[in-house]
Amino acid sequence: MAIITVDKTCCKGCDICFSICPKKLFVPSKTRNSYGTNLPEARNQEDCILCGMCERLCPDGAINVIRSEDTKTGGEEKHED
Amino acid sequence: MNKLYESYIKTDSLPTLFCPGCGNGIVQIAAARAIESLGCRRETACVSGIGCSSWIPCYYKLDVMHTLHGRALAFATGLKLASPDKNIIVFTGDGDCLAIGGNHFLHACARNIDITVVMVNNYIYGMTGGQKSPTTPLKAVTKTSPFGSVDKPMDGCALAMTLGASYVARWTTAHPVQLEKAIAQGVKHKGFSFIEVLSQCPVQAGSNIHGTKDAATILEKYRTGTYLWKPSMAMTGSPEAAEAEILEAQGKTKIGLFKNDEEIEEYIAKVEDKLADKGIERPEMEK
Repeated sequence: MAIITVDKTCCKGCDICFSICPKKLFVPSKTRNSYGTNLPEARNQEDCILCGMCERLCPDGAINVIRSEDTKTGGEEKHED
Repeated sequence: MNKLYESYIKTDSLPTLFCPGCGNGIVQIAAARAIESLGCRRETACVSGIGCSSWIPCYYKLDVMHTLHGRALAFATGLKLASPDKNIIVFTGDGDCLAIGGNHFLHACARNIDITVVMVNNYIYGMTGGQKSPTTPLKAVTKTSPFGSVDKPMDGCALAMTLGASYVARWTTAHPVQLEKAIAQGVKHKGFSFIEVLSQCPVQAGSNIHGTKDAATILEKYRTGTYLWKPSMAMTGSPEAAEAEILEAQGKTKIGLFKNDEEIEEYIAKVEDKLADKGIERPEMEK
């Protein structure tokens, strides 16, 4: 599965990730980032389809998606079914 | 932090000075990914002028020149002549490239020198507080056009094509994958590559030009308010041309690859030929 992390010091709270994710995984959390706004949090990370749009469209490079081998094989199996 | 971003950005100078939701960060990541995909990090140098978008390369761990207002292309031409084996990427804004740097832009296009220009067009002078720029749309209210702009906006891509640039493309920040590919193609292309990026400035251009200060909504507008240009649309009388006319009438902007001509003679090659003709050798550079 994918592991999605959001960096607290990089995030400026522009809220682009909320609407850009095709699976709408990002939700505002109660944690504050260094800019003073709500830090996004990725929920239900097992639903991630690894499109990478959040990484490309986060203007501050705060989001990192780790693509683990398990996710790749898992995705392929699903595709075959 | 994103792993690729971390390897390209000077992390000690973070956070970047861009406002929240600014499109410059998206261009920064797209360009870093393009350089990474080409694997030409050691051979790449960046030049920029003055403006918000000219801060993009200043955060890169690459050779960077931050130069005078509008003169980025003049410096880049000099750098390319001095070290022709470097890939040079110029980051510039709409005001920097088309207004004060117009003169240098015309000559760089006409020479077809091997430079890649990424023009970040946010429709406004963002850094100085929201004045009208050459690309501000008609009727847009800005600080210097309080009753609405009366000037027809300038089209940088059309200008570059007219003057002889050999690679011309336009993408938006809502198309990051295509933008990354265009930058990579532009760097590989031998000749003047001009890539215009329609970018969002939620703070200065937000409420007056786009009608919203939310960056995600402006990105959505770029996705729906543009149409992909195809070469068949240039032929008068074709059904695609009629379709393009309808889309233009709806107020949509064309995006895509407009010109990719490998045939046009490149400036550095001409200079090298001349030097070889006269028997002049380049002094060996220390690496």
